[in-house]
Amino acid sequence: MKIAIASGKGGTGKTTLATNLSSYLAEFHPLVLVDLDVEEPNSGLFIHGELIHSEDTFKKIPIWDKNKCTLCGLCQEVCNFHSVIKLGNQIMVFPELCHGCYACSELCPDEALPMISEKMGELKYYETGSFSFVESKLDIGQEQAVPLIAQTIAYVEKTFPDDIVKLYDSPPGTSCPVIEATKTADLIILVTEPTPFGLHDLKLAVATMRELKKRFAVVVNRYGIGNDDVLTYCNGEDIHILAKLPNNRKIAELYSRGSLVYKEIPEVERELEKIAIYILNMKVRVKK
Amino acid sequence: MKIAFTSKGTNSESMMDPRFGRTEFILIYDEEKDEYTHFDNRAVEEIAHGAGPQTAQKLFELHPDILITGNGPGGNAATALKQASLIIFTGAGQMTVNEAYAAYKNGNLNKL
Repeated sequence: MKIAIASGKGGTGKTTLATNLSSYLAEFHPLVLVDLDVEEPNSGLFIHGELIHSEDTFKKIPIWDKNKCTLCGLCQEVCNFHSVIKLGNQIMVFPELCHGCYACSELCPDEALPMISEKMGELKYYETGSFSFVESKLDIGQEQAVPLIAQTIAYVEKTFPDDIVKLYDSPPGTSCPVIEATKTADLIILVTEPTPFGLHDLKLAVATMRELKKRFAVVVNRYGIGNDDVLTYCNGEDIHILAKLPNNRKIAELYSRGSLVYKEIPEVERELEKIAIYILNMKVRVKK
Repeated sequence: MKIAFTSKGTNSESMMDPRFGRTEFILIYDEEKDEYTHFDNRAVEEIAHGAGPQTAQKLFELHPDILITGNGPGGNAATALKQASLIIFTGAGQMTVNEAYAAYKNGNLNKL
């Protein structure tokens, strides 16, 4: 069972929900929380565990072999990302633009673009006592989040059994990193806030999930600010609202100290319970 | 000398395009022949990544001696343009092409 926590808008409370829900759900079911927001992972600020495993992660990029190249230019034609270009009598590779798709390398008739490994980031696996936690972080200067997200998911699927709940804290937005982080999930929880900005980006996220034909539901965070437009929209579109986390200054205070919220605020715990029941019911149905 | 301008139109009355990678047109002025030719670069609007290297590659094929632009090329484009032994002038983003040419002749642009 894989659940991704995503949002259109950034700063709506993905990490708040991911960390609190993980801790809460782990009381009932084995769970691994995975921080896939590899450009700025921050779940780890709230989770203190023992480091079990750490590894460098690598992506493959092409390197030009001048001696083999016949300057046919096929590489620049097949590259969708303009990361390989032919300039006069040389081929230039822009590793930051490369998505590691191998097209130039595999299709080169002269084998003049072999792929080499380049370090892109680090993956770490912790045990907290009640649940497992995996996070990956891109190195400074690396622009492509997708390869690291894909490798992190592969690591989690290899390391943990199928029947564990896997909770993915996704990047914000609706672009490639979000697609990669959500595409294998059984359920996507879209976190939003009841403001015009929150609604605008929720609509984008909903459109993305519908395009991917994904099952999704909404959690409204900071409920009580803004207006009712998000609720009206969800009702009109027949989108299930799993929970409403209240707007409460104390939540912000706890968050800013790196503490989990639900243990101190019963209202939040009650909302997490609703989400947990939904997930565990769904899990039973998925199994059948 | 062949001089390339990043421009929003196809003649010398056009405004300059301050952007390099996503410039709408590349206008080439051949000083010896006293004539302008242009390359339509608007296809670059469609691409999400790698506009800089792509435009640099087009520019390379046009073989100018000098490039006059606005903000100056970004990192990837600058790396590519280093291969082109091209002299680059920036700071002409808010001018017409004619004004940019005059500013270049009077030494009023910034050499990169």
